[in-house]
Amino acid sequence: MLEAIVFYTLAVFTLGFGVLVITARNTVHSVLFLVANFLCVAVLYVALAAEFLAVIQVLVYAGGIVVLYLFVVMLVNLKAIPEARVDPRRRSRLGFVLAAALLAEVSAILVYAGSRSPMAPAPGAPATPAPGNTETVGWLLYTDYLVPFEVASVLLLVAMIGAILLARKQEA
Amino acid sequence: MFDTNELVINMGPQHPSTHGVLRVVLRLDGERVIEAKVVIGYLHRGIEKLCEHRDWGQIVLITDRMDYVAAASNNLGYCETVEKLMSLEVPPRAQYIRTILAELQRIASHCLWLGTHAMDIGAMTVFLYAFRERELILDLFEEYCGARLTYNAMRIGGLPLDIPPRWDAKVRAFCDILDTKVDEYEELLTHNRIWLERTRGVGVIGAAEAIAIGLSGPALRGSAVPRDIRKDEPYAAYADFAFDVPIGDAGDTYDRYLVRIEEFRQSTRIIRQALDGLPEGPILGKVPRLIKPPAGETYHAIESPKGELGYFIVSDGKSNVPYRFRVRPPSFCNLQALPRLVKGHLVADVVALIGSIDIVLGEVDR
Amino acid sequence: MVETYLVPLLKIAVLLNAVLVAVTYMVLLERKVIAWVQVRLGPMRVGPYGVLQPIADALKLMLKEDITPARADRFVFTLAPIVSMVPALIAFAVIPFDDEVTLFGYKLSLVVADVNVGLLYVVATTSISVYGIILAGYASNSKFPLLAGLRASAQLISYEVAVTMMLVSIVVTAGTLSMVGIVKAQLDAHLWFVFIQPVAFVILFIGGLAETNRAPFDLPEAEQELTGGFHTEYSGMRFALFFLAEYANMIVVSAVATTLFFGGWLRPFPNVAPLAFLDLVPGWIWFLMKTFVFLYIFIWIRATLPRYRYDQLMRLGWKVLIPLAIANLVVSGILKVLL
Repeated sequence: MLEAIVFYTLAVFTLGFGVLVITARNTVHSVLFLVANFLCVAVLYVALAAEFLAVIQVLVYAGGIVVLYLFVVMLVNLKAIPEARVDPRRRSRLGFVLAAALLAEVSAILVYAGSRSPMAPAPGAPATPAPGNTETVGWLLYTDYLVPFEVASVLLLVAMIGAILLARKQEA
Repeated sequence: MFDTNELVINMGPQHPSTHGVLRVVLRLDGERVIEAKVVIGYLHRGIEKLCEHRDWGQIVLITDRMDYVAAASNNLGYCETVEKLMSLEVPPRAQYIRTILAELQRIASHCLWLGTHAMDIGAMTVFLYAFRERELILDLFEEYCGARLTYNAMRIGGLPLDIPPRWDAKVRAFCDILDTKVDEYEELLTHNRIWLERTRGVGVIGAAEAIAIGLSGPALRGSAVPRDIRKDEPYAAYADFAFDVPIGDAGDTYDRYLVRIEEFRQSTRIIRQALDGLPEGPILGKVPRLIKPPAGETYHAIESPKGELGYFIVSDGKSNVPYRFRVRPPSFCNLQALPRLVKGHLVADVVALIGSIDIVLGEVDR
Repeated sequence: MVETYLVPLLKIAVLLNAVLVAVTYMVLLERKVIAWVQVRLGPMRVGPYGVLQPIADALKLMLKEDITPARADRFVFTLAPIVSMVPALIAFAVIPFDDEVTLFGYKLSLVVADVNVGLLYVVATTSISVYGIILAGYASNSKFPLLAGLRASAQLISYEVAVTMMLVSIVVTAGTLSMVGIVKAQLDAHLWFVFIQPVAFVILFIGGLAETNRAPFDLPEAEQELTGGFHTEYSGMRFALFFLAEYANMIVVSAVATTLFFGGWLRPFPNVAPLAFLDLVPGWIWFLMKTFVFLYIFIWIRATLPRYRYDQLMRLGWKVLIPLAIANLVVSGILKVLL
């Protein structure tokens, strides 16, 4: 009962903030609503007993990635005072078409997921005294999913080097 | 015309770190200074013009107000210039006491310099420690002539006051205290890695350029130019004393800092020698009741704590007041180096460099 | 019923009040300590020896006129100090003040929430507090505070990397992310972790100085800077909240350093039986004493050292601390596996 209340409240907030992200006039407000959205998702993770993911969500997503979004938004807006501006591209026909396609795709996924049988326990999960979420994720990451993990880190390294190269002042 | 990346920032005239009412207009590219324009005049009181309407004795009062941090040095410079014009003989006792006062002023001025320079770079405690020592000097002066900042301590031909009883013992005690305190300042700053990073390589100026710009004093000596008027053209009683003149070698802020720190020690050395050899005798030479220097002009310079403080005085021989009274203030000439020094440095260095040159706006603007 | 709801609420109430009072009195502590270092006395007039000074300051700030810049974003302008303060406060939820204490017949542990990702939680909350600075700079509707705010937050996120890696080194040594678990691991190891991981402690401390915008890394706040800091446009209680948040962050960093490296609530030599009389002093008093030592060191450093220039600060963070941190992490991992 309590779980249901908590879940539905959080769900409402999450979706609400999500909508506000898109409809906010001011870009900075939009980013702030995104942060709020992520924080709500983190609480949802806690409700699902995935505390490691919750903290990582806050730490990496809300505390790192969105900070960089905010940097970009503010530096781009630097010359003009951030005012409410109605973006004429928001109501284009192409936008509607793409949104409709996305909606169709999501509905298809939901229908498909609903029609499948209940899932079997995930492979590789240790059976015995339930270790914490952190250990589980750690084991999976470093044993079954080691290669994707390493590839992801190489990808980040490449992105970092690219950013440094692009931002470097050309010595005249 | 303007690159979109450039920013023009105005620093001062009201700013905690410009040591007075100094305005510096900086043109920045991001953080780097492309150009600095110094705007002065906010403290201009018309001293040179004023002095054309004061008689020779009254002008001593006014000279106090130029470099108000080391007032007795200004007095000394002026009195010596007029004595040179009049070819007056100053008794040896007066010369010795004048030297002691001048060196005490050097220490006081450097205390203020150290405190403000360190505070600008962030070491705020040194400010209070340095001012504690400066207070001791101000107490000594108060006992000597009754004033703490603007002394009117010298007269043309000598001094108006002899030293009070047991004053020399107090000065000796002070010298001992100061030597230990300078060690304390050095312990806090000289080998501190953060201090080194903030001052080494910042504001480098070579010897030839320093001379060309007209620098003098510790700012010049930091660039390895061995010029000190106390040694090169001795005045007062300096010829009688043995002392060293510290010379830097790299010409950066750190070297200027080291030069001034060493000057602390040399000053106490001079004071002790002066106290040891203090001759007896009168303190005021044979001076006519009405001071009227013969017609003529002369220039005389002394080594004030900030550099070469020069007076160019023209007397027309007839009136009671100088015909022309011109001061060559060391801070004004040293300040010319600022635009050259800050070029290419970061904004945070501008403050360090203003402190490193050591200016007093009273002197710059007169 | 009581255990699930009432006790945590009580703990939160007590903790919040204690932290807020502590933070207000940190103001007085700082002024007094710096004054004594500088051969002065500090506040002396309000109350005996100036003890009531923080109350006077708080009253003054609350009664000040509430000024908001002309075209500033009002919502964000008010939000920024809140976002600065709240993460600092909620970080205290996982800090263990003591282990098992008997109070009115109830056995409880003096930690609001002993989560098994406690350490990560602390890191997560400090990474949220970066928003306060960015938003403060933005909401002031002026170029200079914005740039200053962005610079200050860049400093914060740079040093966060080194600090987080050091926390991970401790996790490697202790084997658990839970704060209580780490203190217990020190009890089992018979040694404070500062002796096993001295490099980690030094890097954590320096990183903590930079994270809390304290000297020698306080250039974004220094008055000598031309561009006014990110809090230029703030006055009254909003301004006070920024500084209270800074002090609260300082206390969090001190408390975390105490827990991770200095044995938390353990008395000195907890495994040496003849010293059992030291147990007369409750664990949380040991904890508070150790935290206080760190706070004193923070203030001491501010009174003594000059301040780094911004580029030197960033260079120190990226080119010195992060490589050292990585090296420390690798070596800890290797040693943990071998030993």
